[in-house]
Amino acid sequence: MAEKKAGAFDIRVVIAALIGLYGVILTVLGIVEKQAEIDKAAGININLWGGIAMLVFAALFVLWARLRPIVVPVEE
Amino acid sequence: MLPLDSVLRLDATAVDYVIIATYFVFVLGIGYLAKRAVSNSLDFFLSGRSLPAWVTGLAFISANLGAIEIMGMSANGAQYGMPTVHYFWIGAIPAMLFLGVVMMPFYYGSKVRSVPEFMLRRFGKPAHLVNAISFAVAQVLIAGVNLFLLATIVNVLLGWPIWVSVIAAAVIVLSYITLGGLSAAIYNEVLQFFVIVAALLPLTIVGLHKVGGYQGLIDKVTASKGGAEQLSAWPGNDLSGFNNSFLSVIGLVFGLGFVLSFGYWTTNFVEVQRAMASKNMSAARRTPIIGSFPKMFIPFIVIIPGMIAAVAVPELQQFKQAGGTGGNVTYNDALLLLMRDLLPNGMLGLAITGLLASFMAGMAANLSSFNTVTTYDLIERYFVKDRSDDFYLRTGRWVTVAGTVIAIGTAAIASGYSNLMDYLQQLFSFFNAPLFATFILGMFWKRMTAAAGWIGLVSGTTTAVLVFILSETGVINLPGQGASFVGAGAAFVVDILVSVVVSKVTRAKEESELVGLVYSLTPKEQRTEAAGEGDHGWYRKPVLLAGISLGMVIVLNIVFG
Repeated sequence: MAEKKAGAFDIRVVIAALIGLYGVILTVLGIVEKQAEIDKAAGININLWGGIAMLVFAALFVLWARLRPIVVPVEE
Repeated sequence: MLPLDSVLRLDATAVDYVIIATYFVFVLGIGYLAKRAVSNSLDFFLSGRSLPAWVTGLAFISANLGAIEIMGMSANGAQYGMPTVHYFWIGAIPAMLFLGVVMMPFYYGSKVRSVPEFMLRRFGKPAHLVNAISFAVAQVLIAGVNLFLLATIVNVLLGWPIWVSVIAAAVIVLSYITLGGLSAAIYNEVLQFFVIVAALLPLTIVGLHKVGGYQGLIDKVTASKGGAEQLSAWPGNDLSGFNNSFLSVIGLVFGLGFVLSFGYWTTNFVEVQRAMASKNMSAARRTPIIGSFPKMFIPFIVIIPGMIAAVAVPELQQFKQAGGTGGNVTYNDALLLLMRDLLPNGMLGLAITGLLASFMAGMAANLSSFNTVTTYDLIERYFVKDRSDDFYLRTGRWVTVAGTVIAIGTAAIASGYSNLMDYLQQLFSFFNAPLFATFILGMFWKRMTAAAGWIGLVSGTTTAVLVFILSETGVINLPGQGASFVGAGAAFVVDILVSVVVSKVTRAKEESELVGLVYSLTPKEQRTEAAGEGDHGWYRKPVLLAGISLGMVIVLNIVFG
């Protein structure tokens, strides 16, 4: 039986895209964060750290999808 | 109507709205992408039985991680503290493992398409009708409750009128389910799971830092009203409503841990449907077992923030000190207050997105199981038989539309009579206990007859309703969760007794008809999985995984006991 790799629609890639996008937005916000906002969050720049963590998570999910792609059996 | 200017109004800015909007673009995109995979009714209703176990496993817990769960459990955390973990560690995990190890072989192996269909094959039409109708009605009403709660939150947080958010949310959910069917619902549930974690984990970390770390939380909670008892899970007297510690433990283990939770997790088609969508028997059995691992850690991002809110948010602190009265906040606002006080814009938008995601996924789960049962179990079985598969696929889409319209109606009713909806929901939770009794007896006792199936179910449910009415009218007086423990327990016992008695005087089904449905008549090969491609490796063995999960829960109970 022939096999092919699933194309664009692998839910892992979709999850990585959304979380990665959030990561970018939050990291940028974190870099330009005002001190007042940092004080609000008990002194943690949560946008920056949260954003970075999400970027790492997204990268790991993409890696997982790359290393173990979905294999779809092709019916002939 | 809620006040236009609430203390809970969050200071959302453009960037927060961008984050919320991005999520909805993805949600609809998933619906569109999933549509390409739908070519027949099995694709639409059961995702063509093709999904991997980690996807269905996450969807399994996400379908339950709705509004009531997140808001309710953080509220309980603020009020009772650590004993709330029982809803997860005692009230969910054992039942989920039992479903995967013991019951799933019958559900998946018999190739039924829904839980009521199992009822039909085991007990015949009367039991099937009772089960299918009560399930469909319950789901569409609960979908309405979820919709209303979502609209209320949007109204309080962002100031949108209730009817605008009701219709907007209904249209979004309707679009992706009619397009992609169960696959769209399940994929969105998986996405929602990660968004919720991404929203609540930072909140928990910032909150813990705010109160001075874990030790700071312990000190502050010990000093607050309710004291150090809130820091250990057992015996949980406040939660169960029993004064006696021994009775409290018994009540929690048997009431919450056995009848209520087994009834909910093992017979509720909303949950079981997720497992039925997986690609083979092994994956189906692993679905609830894999789900149990994240499930046991959810308390840390739901209950802990609730406890933090109760000691770190001044309004809530006063409310708690006053014994839970006065002021203009309640325990239900715990999570929202913490978000308001601690999160900067950006993270705030993500937190709102997480809440909206959980409310919508709850409703989507109700609708995607409602359309399956209505189409397969009611329309195809009793009204329009033997039509082409294409006909039932189209019917399923229209049933979803109809279900959504009814849910909007229910939401409208709920906005006028909020107490009524509380009662309804409590009432539905009672239906599960007798259902579980009938299932478990039917799966393990081949003598149980068709008549016993429906008579047991009806008498068990009647008992539950009776206990409910008695406790509402004050004839029996049990505080806390006591009434629902007793109601569910009584329903369970009555169902078993009536079923046994009726079985003795009626004729059993032929043994040949029960193969695959009853334990003793099902050959071992049919109950266990032939390991297919992608099922190898010790970490993919259902029973071993379940053992590891159980061990971890026991350790958690000891550490936080």
